Amino acid sequence: MAKFETPEVKEYLEIPKLQEGVMSHSSPFLSSDKFQEPLGFPGELVDNWQQVAIDKLGELLGKYRGLQVFMDSCVKCGACTDKCHYFLGTGDPRNMPVARQDLLRGVYRRYFTLPGKLFPKLVGATDLTEDVMNQWFSYFHQCSECRRCSVYCPYGIDTAEVTMAAREVMNAVGKGQKYSNEIIGKVYKIGNNLGLPQPALEDTLLGLEEDVKDATGVDVRYPLDEKGAEVLLVTPSADFFAEPHVDGLIGYGKVFHQSGISWTLSSYASEAANFGLFIGSYDNMKRIAMRIREAALDLGVKRIVFGECGHAWRVAYSFLNTLAGPFDFLDPRYPVPQHICEFTYDLIQRGALTLDKSANDHRVVTFHDSCNVARATRMGDMPGGQLTIPREVIKAVCNHYVDMAPETIGEATFCCGGGGGLLTDDLMELRVKGALPRMAALRHVTEEHGVTHLAAICAICKSQFSKILPYYGFEMNQIVSVHQLVSDAIVLGAKQ
Amino acid sequence: MPIEVNGKSYETDEEGYLANLNEWNPEVGAAMAKADGCDLTDSHWEVINFLREYYEEYQIAPAVRVLTKAIGKKLGEDKGNSKYLYELFPYGPAKQACKYAGLPKPTGCV
Repeated sequence: MAKFETPEVKEYLEIPKLQEGVMSHSSPFLSSDKFQEPLGFPGELVDNWQQVAIDKLGELLGKYRGLQVFMDSCVKCGACTDKCHYFLGTGDPRNMPVARQDLLRGVYRRYFTLPGKLFPKLVGATDLTEDVMNQWFSYFHQCSECRRCSVYCPYGIDTAEVTMAAREVMNAVGKGQKYSNEIIGKVYKIGNNLGLPQPALEDTLLGLEEDVKDATGVDVRYPLDEKGAEVLLVTPSADFFAEPHVDGLIGYGKVFHQSGISWTLSSYASEAANFGLFIGSYDNMKRIAMRIREAALDLGVKRIVFGECGHAWRVAYSFLNTLAGPFDFLDPRYPVPQHICEFTYDLIQRGALTLDKSANDHRVVTFHDSCNVARATRMGDMPGGQLTIPREVIKAVCNHYVDMAPETIGEATFCCGGGGGLLTDDLMELRVKGALPRMAALRHVTEEHGVTHLAAICAICKSQFSKILPYYGFEMNQIVSVHQLVSDAIVLGAKQ
Repeated sequence: MPIEVNGKSYETDEEGYLANLNEWNPEVGAAMAKADGCDLTDSHWEVINFLREYYEEYQIAPAVRVLTKAIGKKLGEDKGNSKYLYELFPYGPAKQACKYAGLPKPTGCV
């Protein structure tokens, strides 16, 4: 991997000096036929790729009215230019959201608007050349689909939708991204992003039961494929595998244990994530989502709860019913689906959990809002619940909680730098640089308020921070799961 | 980009993971490590051998927690933690050790 410098964290987040093309070398690995074909995409670049790409773009414009509006409505006001973490971290003007979008918009104008067909140069219309396609592959993999820029766009242009459309066109011509497509294939073949087969999952969960028993003396269960359970928990497979994710999973189990509500994981739907979203493929998104419905029916559960996974919650909250509904077989008294934070919050509100906050007294915690949760979903029954409920859960289990600066959290939250299908080693430079705004905000609360830990509710955020924190002088274990904090504070056994 | 060991060529993927897992042997593992500037000691081999045993049984690398527990049981409590594993494999035990063990790279949100 080429050497690169970690950006310097300054007292204030500065708009960087422009360096044209400084990130044009950044591209993910190209997907090969063995990862393309199981998803229904051509194995390699098709011969007539230009025509296929233009036809696909035409199809998407017809199918998604939003995309058509986003192509037409940008007035180049510049409100988005300094809102992207990848622009702020790299200084590449192509990473200004408007400039990145224009890579697609120029092609749209050339082939789908009259002025662009007649006078391309006058209206910024561009031919779809090999060079343009290569720029797409580079820069549409420098957008994490976090939608921060969209918050500031006076026209509400959803940049993520533009990126997704570009990626879908690229997949249609056989130019897919290895990371996302290999993973989707594993979901189809094995059941989860990791490729964790049922026996390994079972062994891992038994190991957790042993660990919790050793640590607490209590038999907390982590059930798998148990028919007739009340709740099906669908969680990212990273929760079975990585740290600090697994500490969150231990926490969910303790919460279920104390609630007295029976639950189960499914080896068939052993993944909450839905990378179909990242590549803009409705067909793949639907196919992945259907597995959850099938598992719920097969196991006969009454409720579906999602674990800590950012974009999974977006797909679940916003699209699950469309993709895999109707869910009329579930208990209508509960949200379909429900987030684990809502589940825990509800128990806390009812006084059903005994919590010893002092167990977290060695920590001063702040919360990183994950982009998809913050800007595209809700929890609970009030506006902004997706922002308040995770914080209320943390505050119920920690005595010391501090927010980062308001322009860096809530709906203005900065991406961790690894979202949207970019959490891969081949994009490490981008990931490190894109984390700059979040690291600057963290540095500030560390220095001003003695913050020691960053809590998150997304598997991607947690993995990204474990990797990135050391680049900025922090320790990798300063990132924690929200339910890890719950896990440490929850008092097991009969309620006192 | 294939790697050459003892006159034989082994196919690898873009990141240097062995393309054909059955071709692995300890010399290949050592050569991969050497290319990364890492000399494998007995401590590294303890981990690599465990990864291979686990993979044989479950067709996947063990979770970090499973690995630390197993190493702790085998080599003593003080070594049963991720800090020890990161000292051995600074790029992350899951990814770096898997590579030298000839296992596929763990994918997903990890």
